[in-house]
Amino acid sequence: MAEPIHAFIDNEVKSNDVVLFMKGTPDFPMCGFSGQVVQILNHLGVPYKGINVLENDQLRDGIKTYTNWPTIPQLYVKGEFVGGCDIVREMFQQGELQSHMSGAGVPVKTSV
Amino acid sequence: MTTRKDRIARALTDAFTPIRLEVEDDSARHHGHAGAAPGGETHYTVRIVAEAFAGKTALARHRLVNEALAEEFGTGLHALAIEARAP
Repeated sequence: MAEPIHAFIDNEVKSNDVVLFMKGTPDFPMCGFSGQVVQILNHLGVPYKGINVLENDQLRDGIKTYTNWPTIPQLYVKGEFVGGCDIVREMFQQGELQSHMSGAGVPVKTSV
Repeated sequence: MTTRKDRIARALTDAFTPIRLEVEDDSARHHGHAGAAPGGETHYTVRIVAEAFAGKTALARHRLVNEALAEEFGTGLHALAIEARAP
């Protein structure tokens, strides 16, 4: 990989089932779009790792080139990019996010 | 002087010849938030309906829109809410 930061990102998304690159932390999101995804993941009861891109400029830029996606947040499941805020919300509303997680072997709370 | 809203609308029209297209400048609502610039023109919503999106996943549709606006992302466009559909 051309950029060292990409190796870091690659390792994170491959060693954690669900990773959210976001602004702020799951407890204190610093951006409304990141906050929406946090709420959805919390609602699903999915274990995930939140990584704050505001802590590191290299990471903030590197995450955009890693998967060629210009905005943050970015959700990864089992090493694969799922989408940003709009896509995650759309998938959640249609029940697709739940099945995507289950299909990838990530436990989701089944009770609503 | 062209606004970013005009440039977004033109880029998307050129790329997809949409049947329906709405571009909203939401920058004022994000004033003072990290990423908002003093001159605005940072946060937008795009609603677009075009044949080009037929049979594509949400991820693929969003990627097409983002790619068409790469120049704007390179010059200060910070956040883009996207609703992209086939007719």
